Amino acid sequence: MKIIIAGDGKVGHALTRLLSQEGHELVVIDSDPEVLENNSQLFDVLPIEGNCVTMKTLSEAQVEEAELLIAATNSDEINLLCCFTARKLNPNLHTIARVRSLEYLHQCYEMREDFGLSMTINPEGNAAKEIFRLLQFPGFLKRETFAKGRVEIVELLIPGDSVLCGVQLSKLSDVLKCKVLICAVVRDGNVAILGGNDTIKENDHIYVTAPTNVLSTLLASLNIITKKTKHVMIIGGGRISHFLAKSLISAGIKVKIIEQDEERCRLLSRQIPEAAIINADGSSQEVLDSEGLAQTNALVALTGLDEINIIMSLYAASRGVPQVFTKVNRMESTGFLEDIGINRIINPEELCSASIVQYVRALQNQTGAAVTLHHIAGGRAEALEFRVNEGTYFTNTPLKSVNIKKNILISCISHKGKTVIPDGNSAFTVGDTIIVVNATGTPILQLNDIFNI
Amino acid sequence: MNIKLISRIIAMILLAESVLMLPSMFIAISDGDMKVAHSFMITIVLVAAIGLIVLKFVKNTRKDFYAQEGLVTTGLSWIVMSLFGALPFFISKQIPNYINAVFETVSGFTTTGASILGDVESLSRGILFWRSFTHWIGGMGMLVFLLAVIPVIGKNSGSNVYLLRAESPGPSPGKFTPKIHHTALILYGIYFALTFLCFCFLLAGGMPVFDSMCTAFGTAGTGGFGVKNTSLAGYSAYLQNVTTVFMLLFGVNFNIYYLLILRKFSSVFKDEELRAYIFLVFLSVVSISLNIYVSMPETYGTFRSALHEAAFQVSSIMTTTGFSTCDFDLWPSFSKSILLVLMCVGACAGSTGGGMKVIRISLLFKSIKRNTIKAIHPRQVWAIQVNERVVDEKIINGTHAYLSVYCSICLISFLLISLDGLTTGTNLSAVLACFNNIGPGIELVGASRNYSVYGAFSKIILSLDMLLGRLEIFPILLLFNFNTWKRHG
Repeated sequence: MKIIIAGDGKVGHALTRLLSQEGHELVVIDSDPEVLENNSQLFDVLPIEGNCVTMKTLSEAQVEEAELLIAATNSDEINLLCCFTARKLNPNLHTIARVRSLEYLHQCYEMREDFGLSMTINPEGNAAKEIFRLLQFPGFLKRETFAKGRVEIVELLIPGDSVLCGVQLSKLSDVLKCKVLICAVVRDGNVAILGGNDTIKENDHIYVTAPTNVLSTLLASLNIITKKTKHVMIIGGGRISHFLAKSLISAGIKVKIIEQDEERCRLLSRQIPEAAIINADGSSQEVLDSEGLAQTNALVALTGLDEINIIMSLYAASRGVPQVFTKVNRMESTGFLEDIGINRIINPEELCSASIVQYVRALQNQTGAAVTLHHIAGGRAEALEFRVNEGTYFTNTPLKSVNIKKNILISCISHKGKTVIPDGNSAFTVGDTIIVVNATGTPILQLNDIFNI
Repeated sequence: MNIKLISRIIAMILLAESVLMLPSMFIAISDGDMKVAHSFMITIVLVAAIGLIVLKFVKNTRKDFYAQEGLVTTGLSWIVMSLFGALPFFISKQIPNYINAVFETVSGFTTTGASILGDVESLSRGILFWRSFTHWIGGMGMLVFLLAVIPVIGKNSGSNVYLLRAESPGPSPGKFTPKIHHTALILYGIYFALTFLCFCFLLAGGMPVFDSMCTAFGTAGTGGFGVKNTSLAGYSAYLQNVTTVFMLLFGVNFNIYYLLILRKFSSVFKDEELRAYIFLVFLSVVSISLNIYVSMPETYGTFRSALHEAAFQVSSIMTTTGFSTCDFDLWPSFSKSILLVLMCVGACAGSTGGGMKVIRISLLFKSIKRNTIKAIHPRQVWAIQVNERVVDEKIINGTHAYLSVYCSICLISFLLISLDGLTTGTNLSAVLACFNNIGPGIELVGASRNYSVYGAFSKIILSLDMLLGRLEIFPILLLFNFNTWKRHG
């Protein structure tokens, strides 16, 4: 499929990487030739230098033949105008615009017809939502929602004293007192799908499929004490902080934001009067200590500098803060950070790229595409939600007699609103929703791709 | 340096080369010339075996492939291709001296057309075909061919661009479709179609099939190997005119043809390089025809005949093909000087021709103009533009650097081959003709003579010059740089 990416910033770069891996024809527009030069050396794409709002540049990028345009420059106005102009040139074009400003978000939805928008993405908003969801269930490193919120895939780290250490997967439900499924494991940096005879080891990162209503049972049987989050400290007062603070406060959680820029502090205190805004240098340990780091339930490091975020997270962990979130922008592989104890990594660009990839796959095959797609295990595997339809093979066949490709697992079947963690005797029928975990490294475009035929 | 991956790519090149030798072998077999057919068979088996063994035993684990690897792969693959491509000449004893055979093959692949053979017509047809076919392969480049057929370095990898860049001539060669695979396919499609058209036109003019094929290959690659001792002088005026037109067509940037396919006629019309190229051709043809018409009335009785000869020779030299219809060594010195200058200018970037390229010359002139104006108004800001687009300063600097390396290499080669004791004009024109991939020079290496006058050492130097010229210096130069081969260089 021919896709134009306007704006080669952080989101544009992440998108280029993901979409070129999927084999699409990409045209990248940016006004900075140096950025384009770098990009075209890494990926097989066509770089076009120019202003993505002008018709000249857009037709140079062959917008007439493109199917999708993603406007991801750092200005909301340019993104909207770019989509608007591109739609004038090609009325059949699908457009996605990055809109970050809270002020525009609402009216973009209202005016989506006029702007010619198919979808808007808000990386900061998504990141804030993700952090907020994790704060609701302390103990999990990541949560991904499927089947309209009824099923989740959660990530857990197995410490040496965990009850799961050395447990065979087939004995899992005896230990946990609830029915869940371990769908993937990251061990020594490699992702694997385990069989019933494999055992769980210390320092494994496990990905568990579980119905949402058993999550608290799961935590309880793992002896993870879930103190409810009451205080959250945020370093850096950017857009994510703004979104996050709003949702935390409406959930009754106390928020403290530490921001260096006085002007920004004033603005924040006007916009979020309930939060405590501290005008100080968040990279100073003294400041954090004096603002009560030791008593807070969670620290979220959201400054613009990855280095500061990582160092302050390490410091917070050493002071015994139970949950530490680290925003990382400039890294493609974050696996090595887990080795030094940074587990809750938020990458806004990766988060929103995943939703765009899902949109692209849905465009590619209108019927039978994944309803939901999440990248898990730091992008090394993906979890997809599919709807079973009349064309699906092996309906009403017990799973033990279905030949599924290596490193692919059906981790959940949702039948008429009831969620089943499948075993060898389970089967799916037309109308069910199933969740597939794919650790093969090649994308699955439709459900039938998972079978060996 | 990812040596394993580089070896694998070169192994693929060898496999492709062995396949490309098959037509020549069949021609030799059908002629009943078993000695030549055997020499091809031996070479094909040997080359294919080496390629297969390398592919079987060298497994690449790493995927890192950057500009340095791209340049080294290109440089090495051209040398390896030439060394093996020379074997049929050598084994069949048609060219008994191996260094001569290598010179001839390098001259073929680099589309130079400089020959050490005095009597071409005595060669077997299989060998003649291979000699001309190397022009066709070298014109667009073997790596571009590979890129069109298979993803050399894994699918969807941007690294393939390094290969295309290292092999295609011009200051900033690029893609015109998002996927490099498609770009390579389109390039070869245009190349193939134009060659076929040229072949048809020649055939229609009564040229024998074999001659038409070889001449079409020589024209397409802007090479210049003929199948007759007198090059194209023996053919009819129609055939010469067809060749004139097609040589000029192959000297145009292939992006122009793609724009024509897309029906973007206004950008074609406005293209500065194309305009400069046509202007230069026109100017040179008019000057030379006037010059020879006035000073050589006994040879060129009518202005028409002078125009005919001048047009053929200008397009042959400017596109760096090197066919000839007359001995331009006999022309007055003004005309010869024009030809020498055209040798250095060369064809358009992104064509099959060699030389400095018209676009570089025009950039250099714009840069001179800017520097002159800056001397008068030191504070004036002036961005150099081509086709209404600002040219990046990096490209301007690159062009300056290219010019200086170009001149140094010319001078050094000139000094080295002077050891053979030939005349200054011969040596200078030999270096220019080889380095710019033209073929014939003036005086002792003129259109009716050949390079057998030089010794083995000079032939090696000139072969290197041809490779340096075809690959635009850096891929070959890098091979001789110690840092390239250091472990952490």
